[in-house]
Amino acid sequence: MSQLFKITIDGETTEVAPGTTILNAARQIGGSLVPPAMCYYSKLKGSGGKCRTCLVEVSQGSEKDPRPMPKLVASCSTPIMDGMVVKNLTSPKVLEARKGVVEFLLINHPLDCPVCDQAGECHLQDLSYEHGAARSRYEEERRKFDRIDIGDKIQLHMTRCILCYRCVFTADQITDKRVHGIMFRGDKAEISTYIENVIDNDFSGNVIDVCPVGALTDKTFRFKSRVWFVKPMEAHRDCPKCSGKTVAWLSGDEVYRITGRKDKYGELEEWICNDCRFEHKKISDWVIDGPRAIERHSVISLNKYEKGIKVETPKKIGYGNTR
Amino acid sequence: MEQTQHQFQFSEKSLKKVQEMKTRYPEGKQKSALLPVLHMAQDEFGGWLSAPLMDYVASLLDITPIEVYEVASFYSMYNLKPVGKCMFEFCQTGPCCLNGVEELIEYTEGKLGIKVNQTTADGKYTIKAVECMGSCGSAPMAQIGTYYYENLTKEKIDKIIEVFGQPDFDPFKKYSI
Amino acid sequence: MATKLLLEHINVPGIETYDVYRSKGGYRAVEKALKTMSPDDVMEEVKKSGLRGRGGAGFPTGMKWSFLDRKSSNPRYLVCNADESEPGTFKDRYLMEKNPHILIEGLILSSYSLGSNSTYIYIRGEYKWIVGILEKAIAEAKNAGFLGKNILGSGFNLEIYVNNGAGAYICGEETALIESLEGKRGNPRIKPPFPAISGLYNCPTVVNNVETLATVTPIINMGGDEYAKLGIGKSTGTKLISACGHINRPGVYEIDLGLPVDEFLNSDEYCGGIRKGHELKAVIAGGSSVPILPAELFMKNAAGEARLMSYESLSDGGFATGTMLGSGGFIAMDETTCIVHNTWTLARFYHHESCGQCSPCREGTGWMEKVLHRLEFGHGHMHDIDLLVEIAGKIEGNTICPLGDAAAWPVAAAIRHFRDEFEYHVTHASKVKDSRKAHLPNYKTATV
Ligand SMILES: Cc1cc2nc3c(=O)[nH]c(=O)nc-3n(C[C@H](O)[C@H](O)[C@H](O)COP(=O)(O)O)c2cc1C
Ligand code: SF4
Ligand code: SF4
Ligand code: FES
Ligand code: FES
Repeated sequence: MSQLFKITIDGETTEVAPGTTILNAARQIGGSLVPPAMCYYSKLKGSGGKCRTCLVEVSQGSEKDPRPMPKLVASCSTPIMDGMVVKNLTSPKVLEARKGVVEFLLINHPLDCPVCDQAGECHLQDLSYEHGAARSRYEEERRKFDRIDIGDKIQLHMTRCILCYRCVFTADQITDKRVHGIMFRGDKAEISTYIENVIDNDFSGNVIDVCPVGALTDKTFRFKSRVWFVKPMEAHRDCPKCSGKTVAWLSGDEVYRITGRKDKYGELEEWICNDCRFEHKKISDWVIDGPRAIERHSVISLNKYEKGIKVETPKKIGYGNTR
Repeated sequence: MEQTQHQFQFSEKSLKKVQEMKTRYPEGKQKSALLPVLHMAQDEFGGWLSAPLMDYVASLLDITPIEVYEVASFYSMYNLKPVGKCMFEFCQTGPCCLNGVEELIEYTEGKLGIKVNQTTADGKYTIKAVECMGSCGSAPMAQIGTYYYENLTKEKIDKIIEVFGQPDFDPFKKYSI
Repeated sequence: MATKLLLEHINVPGIETYDVYRSKGGYRAVEKALKTMSPDDVMEEVKKSGLRGRGGAGFPTGMKWSFLDRKSSNPRYLVCNADESEPGTFKDRYLMEKNPHILIEGLILSSYSLGSNSTYIYIRGEYKWIVGILEKAIAEAKNAGFLGKNILGSGFNLEIYVNNGAGAYICGEETALIESLEGKRGNPRIKPPFPAISGLYNCPTVVNNVETLATVTPIINMGGDEYAKLGIGKSTGTKLISACGHINRPGVYEIDLGLPVDEFLNSDEYCGGIRKGHELKAVIAGGSSVPILPAELFMKNAAGEARLMSYESLSDGGFATGTMLGSGGFIAMDETTCIVHNTWTLARFYHHESCGQCSPCREGTGWMEKVLHRLEFGHGHMHDIDLLVEIAGKIEGNTICPLGDAAAWPVAAAIRHFRDEFEYHVTHASKVKDSRKAHLPNYKTATV
């Protein structure tokens, strides 16, 4: 076995296997020093590096070469070195840069949280709550896209997309044929099938769960209720295609929707099939195992969201167009 | 009428070229020929890439259509809509502006009665404004077809509009203006 | 007397053909290297020459070559970067059009040293006619036995292929170029790994600029030590400069590095001075990405010493009072130039060319362009000026590839040195509006 590497993040030291990224080392330590990640997804090869929310400062490169790294680095795609010292929340530079990234992600993001299916479980909302500025300085027109239809199961709201590429990697790596991708470039880049095409495939529904924002949502989500009124329950069934382990979102005896089970970083524990996700909407389809603890550090779990939305959300979470 | 992939078939010569191109890259890396083959397709089939034409290119290179759409929409030289045979691509970047390209674009717009990113009703002319073409020392300039037309003046624009509007105009040929 | 290495025979009629090139001593370096030198010997000469990358970053070429993973069992690749799209830069085009064989010769030498058996020239899509020029030169060289199998009996095999891009400045960035060469979107890769370890087809790869690789030819002919005697300090040898803007003689010039900027700007051998009746206002010395300098700071550094055309002298003073040699795209502006307008058109360029992969560049470039557009046309506010500086600051250093920096620097520098002009656009908004009416463009961004 190869030797472990020592790494210190915000003053906490641990030992991890060589080749581990800074972000994953931080996740091994856990707690608030873990940088936020909007595009990295540990189960998707090639993901990460794009959103730049996980930037950290490397104040000592390694034991051997203690020089600091000249620029902030993306913790999700930078491998650790033995004796590396990293600053996340303890670096004013990081906090400043992250605030900038959040502002960039929000300038073209619509202000439709109140009507967005993802509200309450949106990573961008959490991020802006924790790292955003008080108000936007963006006075220009927001970007618009033509609406496209990608089938009767999945809804695409391109204006909400932050181009994390997760859904593209998912389609490439989990389904047997990818029919959607990124078209155009720069700030005109968009998720699209280009020609009218339906994203339909045994595992295509997983793109909904990997999407960190409300750009890909479940069209079969019944009653379109706000998520915090429904209770997430761990459920399972015998499924020939997948593990059948899901979260059933219930209100009384009604199944509002089915999703995969997510860990505290918002990542799916297992991929689930479309059959489980879209076709089993009766309580009798499922064996309910008990309530699902929301572990993710989010606005719902902090219980701030419900309070915030009625009166002061737009200002407080920082994307209100205050003009 | 709707186009289908089967409507497209490269000439014998082009097909041979595609086969030769595929051998330039290691086994299984024939996708490397995508950009050059898309150029060939655009040049051979009327100056733009329709979805069925891109599907045809995908089949030639043994890749999926979405891979072609993603690439074709990334690069600014691929036209995803029909364009005129005489397409002015004026460089509008800093150094060309120092030498008056903006006035010249306006002049051309006025003469043709169209704006940038538009095509004349007869389908002959299109005006585009593009970014630095590596011709900054001979500004203002426009690429039309294969070649660059440099140190442009209003008089030269008049002449181009006249000559390149003729039925025998060949965008792959160099004209001295 | 100025040394001419790359442009020595540029005016000889027919120099673009093999026969004429050969009669002027062409392919002697290949004969020398393949018959009397080992691949490592060639690299040693390049190291000794002190040659620095001519694509913009100025990184020592010999050192870059030494990073190439030679232990890997995978094939190794050399890729020639002929994407040349940095505004103000047109030197590679000139060299390839006029003297293609010197590039092909340099490619053979470099491929031999690096152990590349398939070498690709990635050329920007717009240079359509140059593809033919290069392919003809390659065919001629092959005919003469300088390409193909077992070249000159050395056992070394080499094919050179030309691959065209399709309109994307970002494909000049080496990992975006590699992606594009693999037939993909030109999204820069996340590093590490670096191309020297995992590049084209995940094999060890070196990407060098056209001029860099062409320069290997004279280096092998004259020897690295001789080459290093040219130039000044760590700026060894000669450099191609493409000069444009408000000068009397725009064009491509080969200079000895260390030439005084005054001589370059005013002598009739080079730019021939600012156009008649006008005076120099500002200079962008090394392609649009480098900081703009007002005339005084360009001619003399902050300490009042005359500047030279060298990597070190131009960067003297850091970004506060200096700039960079960059790619050698020299843009001179006289007093008629509106800096706000010029900055806006450059911002529009970077906005148009961002690949869109990472958020600061994707969103920030568009934001800067929109704010500058408002300022340029008399719709700006005073606070927009500081906002621009802040946006630039939030992009810089936080992106996947250096395009983010390249977009931020010109805006920050223009405001640093010409803030009064930006303020004027706010305080005299109605005047600005009137004068710009004729130019209110609908061609704000050019997309398909
Ligand atoms: C946005 C961007 C555009 C670039 N464009 C070019 C280019 O057009 N030509 C070039 O030679 N290098 C370009 N470069 C630099 C290349 O990434 C790379 O450093 C260069 O090809 C290395 O060659 P050299 O060491 O010989 O200069 C660009 C870099 C960036 C970040
Ligand atoms: S749709 Fe969602 S998952 Fe896909 S790129 Fe956009 S934000 Fe990411
Ligand atoms: S900095 Fe800009 S061009 Fe470079 S990877 Fe990011 S978005 Fe793309
Ligand atoms: S999570 Fe690291 S850049 Fe997005
Ligand atoms: S700026 Fe127009 S060709 Fe370079």
